[in-house]
Amino acid sequence: MFWTVISVERSSPSMVEKTGSRGELQVLGKARLFIGRNLGGYLFLLPALTIFALFVWYPLVLGFVMSFQNVDMINPAAWVGWTNYQKVFSDPLFGIAWRNTLTFTGYALLFGYLVPLVLALLINEMRHGKALFRLAFYLPVMLPPIVTAFLWLWLYNADFGLINALLQKLHLPGGLWLENQVTALPALVVVATWGAAGSTFLIYLAALQGVPASLYEAAEIDGTNLWQRIRHITFPTIRPIMLLMLVLQIIATMQVFTEPFTITGGGPNNATLTVLILIYRYTFQNAEFGEASALGVILFLVLAVFALIYMRMTSRLMEAD
Amino acid sequence: MAFFRRNARPIEEESFERTLVSPLMLKSRAGRAIYWSVFALLLVFTLITFGPLYWMFSSALKSSIEIFQSPPSIWPLHPAWTNYTNAWSVLQYPLYFGNTLILAAGAVVLQLLVSATAAFSLSKLRPAGKGIIQFIFFSTLMVPPVVYLIPQFVNISDLPLIHLSLINNWAGVWLPEAASALNILILKSFFDTIPSELTDAARLDGASPWQLFSRIILPLSRPALAVVTIFTVVASWKDFLWPLLVLFNPEVQPLSVAIYHEAGINSNFPLPFNYLMAGLVLASVPPILLFLLFQRQIIRGINLTGLKG
Repeated sequence: MFWTVISVERSSPSMVEKTGSRGELQVLGKARLFIGRNLGGYLFLLPALTIFALFVWYPLVLGFVMSFQNVDMINPAAWVGWTNYQKVFSDPLFGIAWRNTLTFTGYALLFGYLVPLVLALLINEMRHGKALFRLAFYLPVMLPPIVTAFLWLWLYNADFGLINALLQKLHLPGGLWLENQVTALPALVVVATWGAAGSTFLIYLAALQGVPASLYEAAEIDGTNLWQRIRHITFPTIRPIMLLMLVLQIIATMQVFTEPFTITGGGPNNATLTVLILIYRYTFQNAEFGEASALGVILFLVLAVFALIYMRMTSRLMEAD
Repeated sequence: MAFFRRNARPIEEESFERTLVSPLMLKSRAGRAIYWSVFALLLVFTLITFGPLYWMFSSALKSSIEIFQSPPSIWPLHPAWTNYTNAWSVLQYPLYFGNTLILAAGAVVLQLLVSATAAFSLSKLRPAGKGIIQFIFFSTLMVPPVVYLIPQFVNISDLPLIHLSLINNWAGVWLPEAASALNILILKSFFDTIPSELTDAARLDGASPWQLFSRIILPLSRPALAVVTIFTVVASWKDFLWPLLVLFNPEVQPLSVAIYHEAGINSNFPLPFNYLMAGLVLASVPPILLFLLFQRQIIRGINLTGLKG
């Protein structure tokens, strides 16, 4: 069993000590020893180091460089100082894109954070049908986002979609969900939540199953009621995971692209324009690679704040046991 | 990694250990009433997740007249199975399915080549400067690839030094995806659990690092390799933005990108919706099958990484 294996963590493996060839260990001998000991290790690291250098670190640095350059992929790049940043900041779409992205993140947390948590709490109490519930809530996560997007485009269809048809059956007014500036963004949040909440749910479920039964028993003997047990036992035990998921979800939802790009194309009237779509437009509509990079750097800085929080939390988690 | 140990209980084994609600409470009449009403509520909730899926399958079987009927029929009156054959040929599925499979297979091979070797070196060979190298890898966990999306595109269109363009080339998708700090982390923490007595003994017998890797570590690490492989396949199948940018020649596009282009949602000639739905069903069947077959590994992997699938 994988899990039992992994829980028996071993202390770090010790190197087999190679004894030097007696006495006359000169610099050369030391170097040879060093190579002999480490060459294999470096060779095995070579593929990963090459890939990371070429496809992570280089583009990361290149992004900072390009954000101070005028790049159009035709003429040679020229230094322009802070011009790109000034252009990006003065673009009226900048504020709209960030407001939409943050609104999306806010809604996504409201649905995508609370719903899985409540579902996990309830399902963990179930003595029947756990497997079915797990399947039901996780299945949408497996679908390619493009399938989810087009499927919901059809569900939201004002004239022939399922949602308006159901509302009509209940004698409620339907809506032009995606064409209306007010409802378009929340409608996309529903799509994203449907497609992603399953994995959050499974993580909570696993965390809940890690709460020791003895704690509940002891608390019950002390005469606590259900809510007190949730508040004082369940939540404190799974709080590290809850915090972690919160930060991870913020980072993930701020990168929202596929849903608005494929369902609404950023419309109506830029109501679903997100930061990533703006980056896409700068690049592939206006060929302004410098501005796109500048906006990428800004996105990086914003996400870095959350990443630092995440890093602090994981290191605390790792120290915790 | 203490974090990985946290969820150490395998959740696929239905545990009836006591939870929040005590067994006593469930025995009372009121307790049972509440239990079954919550159960019913959850069943209703599963309808919300299954509903859209059902609608996809049902719309995919409707004729082009019935699909635009108002109010819509719940189940097609005359199931039009030809939608599938039409979608198959109109959307050129053999080509795009093949491309998707090639992209996934390449991603898996590269992943094992890049991540497993690095994890092995960090875990068992431990060369000098290991700390710095780990930092080079693991600090990128904090940097989502979208923040260097555009420079990466520039990078791929004109690789430094060799000035090669990987646009419209599968390698342009494979190589950036191969840089996965998360997979190195997963594999390394698994390799760490393999007793070093084993590798030390083999080394004393004169085994080379390559023999250690291929004869001892890899065979013992099948569960971890399975998790990494499945997640790589799923991620590759779901990938959209990057292949959209890099592969604009239809001949090399994967399914997700091809569907987006062929659907022509914002064009004057969108694909008929019943064909589109049939196409979506065809694109969903492989990942759904994958989930049903590898449910255990996938759930284990999610708990292991705490990340999105």
